[in-house]
Amino acid sequence: MKEQTFTITSSDGVHARPATVLVQNAGKYQSDINLHYKEKAVNLKSIMGIMSLGIPAGAEVKITTEGDDEQEAIDHLTTTMKNEGLGE
Amino acid sequence: MTHLQGIAASSGIAIAKVYPLEAPDLSYSKEKIEQPEAEVKRLHEALDISKSELEKIKEHTKKSLGDEHAEIFSAHLLVLSDPELIQPIEDKIKSENVNAEAALDETADMFINMFKSMDNEYMRERAADIQDVTKRVMAHLLNVTFPDPALINEEVVIVADDLTPSDTAQLNKQYVKGFTTDIGGRTSHSAIMARSLEIPAVVGTKNITSQAEKDSMIIVDGINGDVIVNPTDEQVAEYKEKQDQFEQQKKEWAKLKDEPTVTSEGDHVELVANIGTPDDVEGIINNGGEGVGLYRTEFLYMGKSQLPTEEEQYDAYSSVLKQMGDQPVVVRTLDIGGDKELDYLELPDEMNPFLGYRAIRLCLERDDIFRVQLRALLRASVHGNLKIMFPMIATLEEFRQAKAILDEEREKLVSEGQEVSDKIEVGMMVEIPATAVIARQFAKEVDFFSIGTNDLIQYTMAADRMNERVSYLYQPYNPAILNLINNVIEAAHAEGKWAGMCGEMAGDEIAIPILLGLGLDEFSMSATSILPARTQIRTLSKKEMTSYKDEILSMGTAEEVVAFVKEKTQS
Repeated sequence: MKEQTFTITSSDGVHARPATVLVQNAGKYQSDINLHYKEKAVNLKSIMGIMSLGIPAGAEVKITTEGDDEQEAIDHLTTTMKNEGLGE
Repeated sequence: MTHLQGIAASSGIAIAKVYPLEAPDLSYSKEKIEQPEAEVKRLHEALDISKSELEKIKEHTKKSLGDEHAEIFSAHLLVLSDPELIQPIEDKIKSENVNAEAALDETADMFINMFKSMDNEYMRERAADIQDVTKRVMAHLLNVTFPDPALINEEVVIVADDLTPSDTAQLNKQYVKGFTTDIGGRTSHSAIMARSLEIPAVVGTKNITSQAEKDSMIIVDGINGDVIVNPTDEQVAEYKEKQDQFEQQKKEWAKLKDEPTVTSEGDHVELVANIGTPDDVEGIINNGGEGVGLYRTEFLYMGKSQLPTEEEQYDAYSSVLKQMGDQPVVVRTLDIGGDKELDYLELPDEMNPFLGYRAIRLCLERDDIFRVQLRALLRASVHGNLKIMFPMIATLEEFRQAKAILDEEREKLVSEGQEVSDKIEVGMMVEIPATAVIARQFAKEVDFFSIGTNDLIQYTMAADRMNERVSYLYQPYNPAILNLINNVIEAAHAEGKWAGMCGEMAGDEIAIPILLGLGLDEFSMSATSILPARTQIRTLSKKEMTSYKDEILSMGTAEEVVAFVKEKTQS
């Protein structure tokens, strides 16, 4: 299993447009991919799951990937987080 | 002939046949099924057709309205591929042996209710998105035709209970001349889309769907909010003329978009706009506004579960300042409290919210909130021509205190090495009669005044503007109000300062000649009023209006004032 922690820098938190891109990219991998925030974890391939977390700016979140392509998945999603100005 | 009154959502006049966009009958019966595998397959077929339709709608929207409006359909597509939605539906079919319709409806309902119950307006709107997409899937499961406005190929006016984002996005301007709905308001999704498509629309008629039959004639007046079904020949002729006038007028107005605002003798006044969010700047630019006269910052604080951060505010203020370039941007600091509540501040209910703990009164006590906003503003100031004003000032001490806090934050930022513009003018709103009365004393300390007429009128007349029984007292042209305004303008000019106005009155065609005569320097109004106001001002002589000043100010009633102005300007 691979994991990566981020601090959300986008002033609106995780809002619709970047969430859409994250889900689209997560969907390209076979691995199980989860987004962890506070005590909760949701499937990063689920737009409704992510939106239901209501992640605000400044939050600490963690992405985990597990499966055959876990390394590629975590690398790609890390880049996505940065490119979308979501977090670092 | 049937006449209905609704909310004018997008201006213009449409005359055409009714095209009812009926919500399809999506009722189903919950059934036990024998072969769950076949049922799951049926579900996926319906999902696939829905997805390919949404892809088409998305492409169509991209072309007609641009990427931004098309984004919502990317989200819709993801909902239909969402494992957290689809898996539970499949599970339900398999474990409970129910038909796909029941499994879809019950699962979607669970999510819709979950989003609806969130204390965040954005999330609640997402519930409508889920509803919109699952309806499409349901229609395919039931083999019911889902309304497809893209198929319309003759001139019509669409009549519907409400229009979903996917409905509105498919409207073809060539055939759809306008629309009218039972529900909705000026800021509902369909109304916003109508304005960007420039299709006349009247929303919130309550029951147009039950009054208008397919193919009957209908008139939609998006200027006044009237809807007429089966109009008489005279009415059709009357509205055709109105339609021509509107088109003609739009052309006339458009010619003035890049022209300066000058009177018939060439005196210049400033025509600027009121905005609530950075997105509104587009409207100012399209309508030839010369700046922002009132940026209401409270929208940054509303519809949230916590206070906006300094960064968030900095981004919003910078965005507006950058878009406006050298043109002035007057930002009003937080005007919240009283009737404009913020749940997360947990303010106690008040007997008289309009006379209570709000705006600058709240900011001076909660300076932790106030300072964050001022820092964001000061940092953003390097990006444009920023002016700051404080709302609801009643006493000189309040203005001095607010100004001192601003100066403290400026010094802190400068000592931290932050760049701050040194040309920021600091002014105040004149809403409380006490300040208008001793405007001369204030004028020595402020850089400018901006008269907020809505509140000034209600405080001067002691009449709640939301109370219909005393609405007759809401009298912008009452000589009491005009004398207060005159006092403020004279006081400003005596100290070499400027005076503006940012209420409904500033864009009013009766008030404009009076205000011009009183010497008002800046008129701030909604963006769509700018071109009509510029057109009017070009026909007026400031010298002539000034010569009526004493006569108007000594009149006894509002009626006298109105009659006088009409006589002098409409001859």
